[in-house]
Amino acid sequence: MIQDIRLMKGNEALAEAAILAGCDAYFGYPITPQSEVLEYLAREMPGRGRIVLQAESEVSSINMVHGAAGAGFRAMTSSSSPGISLMQEGISYMAGAELPCLIVNVNRAGPGLGTIQPGQGDYFQSVKGGGHGDYKLIVLAPASVQEMADFVFLGFDLADTYRNPVLILSDGAIGQMMEKVQFKPYEKPDFDKSWATVGKPPTRKRNSISSLHILPEKMEQHNLKLLAKFNEIESKEVRYEEMQTDDAYYLFVAYGLCARICHKAMDIARAKGIKIGLLRPITLWPFPEQKLFELAGKVKHMLTVELNTGQMVQDVKLAVNGKVPVSYYGRLGGMVPTPEEIVQHLETIINYHHAN
Amino acid sequence: MQTELLELPVTETDRVVPQCQDVEVFEQVYHRPAALVDAPMHYCPGCAHSLVHKLIMEVVEEMGIQEQTIGVAPVGCSVFAYDYMDVDMQQAAHGRACAVATGIKRLMPDKYVFTYQGDGDLAAIGIAETLHAINRGENFLIVFINNAVYGMTSGQMAPTTLIGMHTTTSPYGREQSFYGAPIKVAELMATLPGSYYVTRQVVNSANGVRRTKKALQNAFKYQQLNKGTCLVEIIGNCPSNWKMTPIEANRFIDEEMVKAFPLGDVKVPGEG
Repeated sequence: MIQDIRLMKGNEALAEAAILAGCDAYFGYPITPQSEVLEYLAREMPGRGRIVLQAESEVSSINMVHGAAGAGFRAMTSSSSPGISLMQEGISYMAGAELPCLIVNVNRAGPGLGTIQPGQGDYFQSVKGGGHGDYKLIVLAPASVQEMADFVFLGFDLADTYRNPVLILSDGAIGQMMEKVQFKPYEKPDFDKSWATVGKPPTRKRNSISSLHILPEKMEQHNLKLLAKFNEIESKEVRYEEMQTDDAYYLFVAYGLCARICHKAMDIARAKGIKIGLLRPITLWPFPEQKLFELAGKVKHMLTVELNTGQMVQDVKLAVNGKVPVSYYGRLGGMVPTPEEIVQHLETIINYHHAN
Repeated sequence: MQTELLELPVTETDRVVPQCQDVEVFEQVYHRPAALVDAPMHYCPGCAHSLVHKLIMEVVEEMGIQEQTIGVAPVGCSVFAYDYMDVDMQQAAHGRACAVATGIKRLMPDKYVFTYQGDGDLAAIGIAETLHAINRGENFLIVFINNAVYGMTSGQMAPTTLIGMHTTTSPYGREQSFYGAPIKVAELMATLPGSYYVTRQVVNSANGVRRTKKALQNAFKYQQLNKGTCLVEIIGNCPSNWKMTPIEANRFIDEEMVKAFPLGDVKVPGEG
């Protein structure tokens, strides 16, 4: 059998995957570096009976997703950092109303308008909720064009399983780069959507989709219900990739583009005799805390590599709970570290902390 | 018990006949529409919301479209509309009802979709979503309650607050040089080619109620044609925040509100 392998941009692979994953509706607004998603779907979806609509703002996009998802359809939107900020209100409402949807952030450097080059400065916003109130998003961090495609299928299924928004946190480099990608056969599972607002037959009570519980007693019960769901997700959905940790003295912790660069840095360091491994969180929430705690019993030092001023490093520190020292190295403003400079920083740490 | 009829002109069809278990000679000429939930409403005495809720649900029932109707509730006094209207509903973030309704209607073009929004929700924070939905000619109904004030948050100035009107945030009266003039939503939206039917009505008199119901009937029926957005602006009242009795508030509509917001059809099918 001939395999369907294509050469595609990350953003386009993600868009094609959305069609194959049975996305019924896409609502979006142009912003660099992810406009290819809207452009690709504007071209490809109408002929397949799907809905694609360019909204007047990201605020509107996410609320159109609310409407479509609330009617029981697979709906998604995508944007980049400033646009994702505008969506936070709608995301909070959808998390509160327990509506499944897929949101894609092709992260650029900030704050403010920042620049269109890759960044990971939206880590905190992504994994700590992002909008107002007490909620979590399931956050998937692709490190290749292949994963840009794969995580769309996974993301929609997780969203439908848990009735919760799922965020794919990519970056400008993964979104823009071209790699080979293979689309695997996919069959959409059946999900119970009896809660959807499709028109009330006489046989059931009306469906109301709302995040409002005005009585504190009821709101607390709702918060506890969400908490139980988040606890279940934490116990079942942690995903990570572990490389060369068996004999590792040191450990890189990096996701997305930085994990790709750390692959190469790991090869360079090992060629120099430094035994280093890599833990790549695939789900940034739920975070692989337990795995990191285990590894903290094996390695002498952990080094996070991030395109921000040090965000994930805080979660790694929480995870290892003081068992090993954790350092951070990063580049900012759309600049990307070379493998060599990462190794250089690693060597500085080793010489300073572990010389003897 | 005598029911005071608020000095409104009363016709035979308006007269409420008391129900009595023991006497079967009375004919029931009025009933709560089945599509309106039998629940006490949280609205203040004399408020127009409950009446408009009833009118919408009467139309839904009479057209036999309860199963095909999906509503979108706003943020504002009518945030709980889904507790009273016995149809599937989504409650949207403040101002975003038309975006949510777009998502619903685009996926289910054969259903009847309506939003129910106040002046703060529609004309302030949500005017972009409203204007663009109408400009796209989204094929749903917008029911717009204009009572010139933020009701739920206790009487702050709205985009439709009249010039000189005192509110908690315009305590010396709204000045046009400082806050601009009240937005005439119906007239504004009628300029957009995407709007199909735009009308402004009142519910402070029996005639007004009948005309409003007719407007809602038209608007729901026009959804079958897929010709564009219908906007029914209804001048509401707010006795609590206008600091008036319901009777005074209803009089204020006739004496002041309709001067700024002229009544009648602004755009009817075939025009524009």
